[in-house]
Amino acid sequence: MKYLLADIGSTFTKLCLADVEQRTVLGTTIAPTTVKTDVNQGVEAARQKLGKKAEDVEATLACSSAAGGLRMVAVGLIPNLTAEAARLAALGAGGKVVETFSFLLTEADLGRIRALRPDILLLSGGTDGGDVKHILHNARQIQNHLPDVPLIVAGNRSAHDEIRRILDGRREVWFVENVMPDFKQLRLEPAREAIRRVFLERIVEAKGLTRLCDRARILMPTPEAVFKAAVLLSKGIPNSEKGMGELLIVDIGGATTDVYSCAEGAPALATVRQRGLREPCEKRTVEADIGMRHTASHLLEEPALKEIIRENGAEWEEMQTWTQTLTGNPGRLPQSEKEQAMDTALASAACEVAVGRHCGRWEEAFCPDGRFYFQDGKDLSNVRRVIGSGGPIVNSKTPRAILAGAKKKDGEPALKPRDPNYYLDTQYLLWAMGLLAEVDRAAALEIMKKNILPLTK
Amino acid sequence: MKTETPNDSSTPPPTIVLGVIGADCHAVGNRILERLFKDGGFKVVNLGVMVSQEEFISAAIETGARAILVSSLYGHGEMDCQGFREKCSEAGLDEILLYIGGNLVVGKTDFSLVREKFLKMGFDQVFPPGAAPEEGIAALKEDLARRIVAKAGN
Ligand code: B12
Repeated sequence: MKYLLADIGSTFTKLCLADVEQRTVLGTTIAPTTVKTDVNQGVEAARQKLGKKAEDVEATLACSSAAGGLRMVAVGLIPNLTAEAARLAALGAGGKVVETFSFLLTEADLGRIRALRPDILLLSGGTDGGDVKHILHNARQIQNHLPDVPLIVAGNRSAHDEIRRILDGRREVWFVENVMPDFKQLRLEPAREAIRRVFLERIVEAKGLTRLCDRARILMPTPEAVFKAAVLLSKGIPNSEKGMGELLIVDIGGATTDVYSCAEGAPALATVRQRGLREPCEKRTVEADIGMRHTASHLLEEPALKEIIRENGAEWEEMQTWTQTLTGNPGRLPQSEKEQAMDTALASAACEVAVGRHCGRWEEAFCPDGRFYFQDGKDLSNVRRVIGSGGPIVNSKTPRAILAGAKKKDGEPALKPRDPNYYLDTQYLLWAMGLLAEVDRAAALEIMKKNILPLTK
Repeated sequence: MKTETPNDSSTPPPTIVLGVIGADCHAVGNRILERLFKDGGFKVVNLGVMVSQEEFISAAIETGARAILVSSLYGHGEMDCQGFREKCSEAGLDEILLYIGGNLVVGKTDFSLVREKFLKMGFDQVFPPGAAPEEGIAALKEDLARRIVAKAGN
């Protein structure tokens, strides 16, 4: 039985043809898409390249990056509690969190949110039975100033009745369980599910992707597909097929860089105490300012890039020129060995910065019987598997040099992997396996295991 | 963190935030307090040991807590609690009750002086070393009842 898997909505339409009985990938192709062309043309062009193999497929399953990603704004009460929980839920659903707000929303905040034009606003605040004052105020502000933004309410359950009254008459609003029902207790799945539903019902339609629907089933945002693949690869299938264990995935793109971790990351020493939220085992972050093309110039401000350039003996001025070229012409590929080297330097800096932001940190403190540390976020120092995915890494001649950015350097504060082994998503199919897993988990897992291979040099 | 709630009445139980302040890691008393206050009819959000003022306050805001119960065992309580009440007010926790107990200062100082000092710092109740948790429970029930009466009177 064959499935055609499609990633639509970004600069390239990607197709992957998988055979679930043989547990193999029969082919992958890409075709350029523009915002203006019909997505079907992209899919058709890519399908042509697959030839006869792509006939009589069981179904076409698609994920979509919905033209620029699913823009989300998260609102909560305390920055490192419900606001962070809302942010994590949005990221986990494949959203791009453009900004997070806490406490009482001011009129300036509302103006800012309007300017950000989010696809979805996620409103949380208070544990169940906890604070209602803030979320009620924020619901009123949102109703008065942002009447048309699709809104998901996932806050204090005790406030939901009153919020329903406040939001009376609002067309696009959904109520789900609290992202933090009890203090520091996360429940992200219901909010994630709601985000996905809204994405499918509303956003896909608004962005003109429905025409594809008679031919393909659009199941989820692309980052969520990668996330699902990551979790399956890490955990495996209980009682039948083992997973790879704790891992970290880096997916560098033209505009953004995604990092996924499947690892507990709890404090490993008795002298370290977790502060703030205990982050979920399965975590995704996306760096909206870190990428290889549209956002390449931002990397110039990162000390990581300076350091890499210094080590490689390249010229800073040349790098400046190169990033300028890329920002003006995101389709540009390196043409000389020198440009190739600069692209590698950019990618390893992107990896270093994005993984650094994903990992937790320690802060030293003193007490009567010695030194101890507060840990914010997850400690990923003992994660041994770092997997590279995404075009810039998969197509690079030196993927290992790029992924080395994920390894902790001396003096770096982030709790990055100390001694990782590197792997490559050789055919760039994590996203596709996230889709395939919806119909056949065992096949998706086996195909990933066959194609995600250790990088020896 | 479990926060079971006793189901002895139709109104939800009042939430309290509990923890050991500062760099203090004495954990035994904290566990006992958690158990006994739960049994006494409160919803307990226990932050454990080595808790900063900010963590107490953030937890109290999110959970809509009625009281913060601070323990300090290692003798640096006075330093750790500087400005606690002011910070609560600043964060909008105007009505929150602040209790403290444990070994609040180093060595044996006349407790009435210690109590005086902590009352001045804005704590509503100050308990002497080795105070029975039951004392705290009784005082809290009384203080909360008084608040409700005061509100109804307004
Ligand atoms: C066990 C212990 C330790 C263990 C702690 C293990 C752990 N993780 O729990 C270790 C070895 C780590 C330790 C370390 C230290 N300890 Co020590 N420790 C003790 C000891 C022997 C018992 C504490 C205990 O568990 N008591 C039993 C519990 C049930 O009682 P409790 O903690 O007092 O709590 C009850 C009441 O106080 C009350 N209560 C407490 N808070 C509140 C709040 C409210 C609102 C209410 C109503 C009631 C209430 O209810 C609780 C439950 O019944 C005491 C001496 C003692 N006998 O008390 C010293 C003692 C507390 N430690 C002391 C000291 C100085 C230290 C150290 C600084 C250095 C040292 N000398 O070892 C370090 C500090 C480390 C740190 N960063 O916190 C001193 C404190 C001196 C002071 N305040 O004047 C004590 C009193 C010993 C002494 N006499 O010198 N300690």
